[in-house]
Amino acid sequence: MADAPVSPSLTNSGPEDAPLYAPRKQIYPQAVKGRFRTIKWVVLAVTLGIYYLLPFLRWDRGPHAPDQAILVDLAQGRFYFFFIEIWPQEVYYFTGLLVLAALVLFLMNAVAGRVWCGYLCPQTVWTDLFYAVERWIEGDRRDRMRKDREKLTLKTAAQKSLKHFIWLMIAWWTGGAWVLYFADAPTLVRELATFQAPMIAYVWIGILTFTTYTLAGFMREQVCTYMCPWPRIQAALTDEYALNVTYRYDRGEPRGSMKKNEAMRLQGQPAGDCIDCYQCVNVCPTGVDIRKGLQLDCIQCGLCIDACNTVMEKINRPLNLIAYDTEMNVKARIEGRSETRHIVRPRTIFYAAIIALVGATMIGSLAMRRTVYLSVMHDRNPLYVHLSDGSIRNGFTVRVANKNLDERSYALTVEGLSGAKLDIVGGEIDQQGQVVVKVGPDQTLEARVLVSSQGSDVPPSTDIHFTLTDLATGDTARMSDYFKAP
Amino acid sequence: MAHDIQEKVDAVSGVTTTGHSWDNIEELNNPLPRWWLWTFYFTIVWAIAYCIAYPAWPLVSSYTKGVLGWQSRDAVEVELAALKDLRSGMTAKLAASSLDEIKQDPEMFAFARAQGKAAFGDNCAPCHGAGGGGAKGYPNLNDDDWLWGGSLEQIQQTIRFGVRSTSDEGHSGSMPAFGRDGMLKREEISQVADYVRSLSGLPTDKGADLAAGEKIFADNCAACHGTTGQGMQEMGAPNLTDKIWLFGSDKAVIVEGINNGRGGVMPTWQGRLDDTTIKALTLYVHSLGGGQNP
Ligand code: SF4
Ligand code: SF4
Repeated sequence: MADAPVSPSLTNSGPEDAPLYAPRKQIYPQAVKGRFRTIKWVVLAVTLGIYYLLPFLRWDRGPHAPDQAILVDLAQGRFYFFFIEIWPQEVYYFTGLLVLAALVLFLMNAVAGRVWCGYLCPQTVWTDLFYAVERWIEGDRRDRMRKDREKLTLKTAAQKSLKHFIWLMIAWWTGGAWVLYFADAPTLVRELATFQAPMIAYVWIGILTFTTYTLAGFMREQVCTYMCPWPRIQAALTDEYALNVTYRYDRGEPRGSMKKNEAMRLQGQPAGDCIDCYQCVNVCPTGVDIRKGLQLDCIQCGLCIDACNTVMEKINRPLNLIAYDTEMNVKARIEGRSETRHIVRPRTIFYAAIIALVGATMIGSLAMRRTVYLSVMHDRNPLYVHLSDGSIRNGFTVRVANKNLDERSYALTVEGLSGAKLDIVGGEIDQQGQVVVKVGPDQTLEARVLVSSQGSDVPPSTDIHFTLTDLATGDTARMSDYFKAP
Repeated sequence: MAHDIQEKVDAVSGVTTTGHSWDNIEELNNPLPRWWLWTFYFTIVWAIAYCIAYPAWPLVSSYTKGVLGWQSRDAVEVELAALKDLRSGMTAKLAASSLDEIKQDPEMFAFARAQGKAAFGDNCAPCHGAGGGGAKGYPNLNDDDWLWGGSLEQIQQTIRFGVRSTSDEGHSGSMPAFGRDGMLKREEISQVADYVRSLSGLPTDKGADLAAGEKIFADNCAACHGTTGQGMQEMGAPNLTDKIWLFGSDKAVIVEGINNGRGGVMPTWQGRLDDTTIKALTLYVHSLGGGQNP
């Protein structure tokens, strides 16, 4: 698209015969070998391996909690992440995680542009996998181009069907792995195989099969160029110090055929290293000609670097005509200044500092997390009640959550109202007249707590404080509310 | 479409214009994106199909029913049935257990309270208020004062058969109209009203003859309200010594009560609500805070 500033439909003179939309140009990326391709294979294997296998990792949490290391238990409202157990009222941890993820993305961007897009983005990873399957069955760039040009033979039809079948299997297994995060994985696999799993599991597998198949099989680079907002956002975040896949035009230009360039060089005339072989364009999964400079479509995968290095090796010129480099360095070389590395600069320090701060806050709050949680809600109707002896009573709904793995007893006390009397419905009063609630492991108890004043001489509103004390450990949770009177 | 408009080509882009011009800014006649058009066509087809399949168009006194025969009522019924199914285990447990057993079992108790709360909102809230706070003449169910008793059994009995209701088993007994029926004179009513106020420590009128009031009380009121005015639950006669007044504690209100008599009515719920719901209601009302334990 970079080389078609005016698309055919725009130059058409009449609306009747105009195509409605410029069609997508099919891209046939060529196979390539090299350093970055190897890194991408490794990243692909590791990320997909984690995604597909993680649900099967076990984690012993005792008899009252599931043994799956990572589990989103929607029915019970729990999220298990190794030793961490998150309750619904703690979803802010996820907010923290999202903030952290965004910041890490910013930092990555400041250091090396769109590395996320080129190596780690699920769209890139799955598309890469689908390309690998395609190449394995239908052959490399030239074969595929030829097959698509020629009439469909029985052989190609069979190849194409096989390709789509394998694609669908991968997509299906992608959806399958997804649902395993929401239930005990081995059990669910058995249920799925015997068609006993809940309907919703099949629905989700269906949805993810469909999206994976379409996005990685057909939409491919269009997702990155047209649908994803990140290239647009990151363009605003990046700067001339960020490492980006760069064509070193200071070295490559003027380009020409190998023979011509060599001849020029012999005559002492300026000649670039680029021999205009188009290898960098052929291998590019988004069809970019990197020699035109940094572009929106480029996902920074580094494959053009590998391709060009192969060429440079063959023609005996220094490697890295295309490389991860900064705009500043190219300018510096042209102007005869020395190159500088600028990874540590205000922007990166700033991002790294915020990441450290947010991370430390999260770890701190996780470490200091209480194992008991108290919430108190004042009755709204009626706000207060007269008792027969003239005193005033307020009702509260008290919720106690026990996040321990064993049953605990808690004593509830109230302060702030002199001579206040505490009573409970759905709990018990022990020998000392203390209100005590027993809560089972990993459970929440709701009780009605009644606070009465001594006599009727109470101000219309008094601040009171509830304290819940774990009788086993002495841990406390506090909560403030009001005592209302006429 | 654009036959009568002169074809004009925009010099910069080389595209024909639609001929529309606003302040010399002209509209290019570019084709619409194909995916956009298809989406648009699809929504039209969808809308037509929807109108055929589902209830859609209002008519004068009814509406088009749609060929699928879908009704929101049916959908609700399916959901209600599913809900009932979901709760049936607990409901059966409630039905089989006694009130005390339910109260001892935290899980059943919580379920009963939740169900009772819902039933209370539907049936009892119009008189007793959404939270059972009561109103003038309608008892507050949160306090510790009970006209007919506040134990689980007594509350259940009251809910089942009502008060001065159509049921033979309902509570009966009401306060006579001492003034209207000529049993007491105006003067005497005033004296006994003062005396009653003094029972719960309320201030009395200046120069009130409390001794006379006491005598009138002993002769006329003690039979129901007890010799000390402490009330009698078998008759639903309120305790006059406490600080809770169903109709109010002003002298005028008390005089009015003695003059015309009192006797509120609560309907009988047996037959209108099933047994389990009544059980749940009982536990809910008992748990509001005033419930008495035997
Ligand atoms: S231009 Fe190079 S780095 Fe960018 S997407 Fe294409 S191959 Fe990858
Ligand atoms: S692969 Fe290298 S030499 Fe070949 S066209 Fe691209 S930049 Fe030039």
